[in-house]
Amino acid sequence: MAGHNKRIPTQHVVGFVLSIALTLLATWAALGSNLSTMWIISGIMILAVIQAGIQLFMFMHVVEFESQNGHVPWNMMFHGAVLAAIIVAGSLFTMSFGFTHNHDGDHQHEQHENDGQEQHDNGEHEGH
Amino acid sequence: MSSEELKTGPLEYRTQEGQMTIMGFWIFLAAEIVLFSTLFATYAVLFGRTADATPPAELFEPGIVLIMTFLLLTSSFTCGLAIHEMRRGSVKGLRIWMIITLLLGLGFLGFEIYEFVHYAHEGATLQSSAYWSAFFTLAGTHGLHVTLGIGWVILLLIQVTQRGLTPRTSRKFFVIGLYWHFLDVVWIFIFTSVYLIGMVV
Repeated sequence: MAGHNKRIPTQHVVGFVLSIALTLLATWAALGSNLSTMWIISGIMILAVIQAGIQLFMFMHVVEFESQNGHVPWNMMFHGAVLAAIIVAGSLFTMSFGFTHNHDGDHQHEQHENDGQEQHDNGEHEGH
Repeated sequence: MSSEELKTGPLEYRTQEGQMTIMGFWIFLAAEIVLFSTLFATYAVLFGRTADATPPAELFEPGIVLIMTFLLLTSSFTCGLAIHEMRRGSVKGLRIWMIITLLLGLGFLGFEIYEFVHYAHEGATLQSSAYWSAFFTLAGTHGLHVTLGIGWVILLLIQVTQRGLTPRTSRKFFVIGLYWHFLDVVWIFIFTSVYLIGMVV
């Protein structure tokens, strides 16, 4: 390891370049590509998770031999991550599942299934 | 790990107190993940509930959001460099990179305040709809964390000038480093799930 004695912190530079590349890729996917909304959302969320991983491993020294790897409470971090996933996914599942908010007609297959409902729910009449 | 000071390795890990404090800070970060997850869940559930207010797709602009993202990303990088310099024993390097981090953080905050004021002018405020309440709470909580971090860095810079690099001050800098990187992690998710998805849908 002993990366802290080097003049140039290679790990940090690599992490920084990768973060910028991932951010630009996500922006391009969202604004420049012709992928369907579903693919864009899942794609950029995966990119975000990868980028968070880069921060953790390249910048935050999650794995570090100098502390005999005793400085990160893995069970606590895992607990936090699982709770976060349950809260976000669970809230979406109970509150929004099967309810679409598409404002302007992008042609997804769900839309055909609840077309009638869609008209009713559409636009500014939501959530009053 | 004994309670006596080790003679090798990074200063912040040499005492047991240092190691335990860093571990405690990771537990705090785990709790912060859960705190932000509740705000993300609220935002996701209320997405689209804009009532009569302007929808986000009309207000979000890629330019300013990308500037904010790169400011925070770069500040996270320079903060990492500051800790790197600290481990090489250079107070000067630590101080310079930390001040750059501070300035980038202030720049981010400036843009965020400008953005919020701009939205308020366009009729999107905390009160205007469920969606905008969730948005301002989520982004505002992150902005508040950045503000606290900036104050914290300023205090630590004063302390390191007075006391120099000791196991205690380097442990404190290591902890603020973790905090700052964590803020960037949260911002990555705000950038992706709030701004990018808000501009797509």
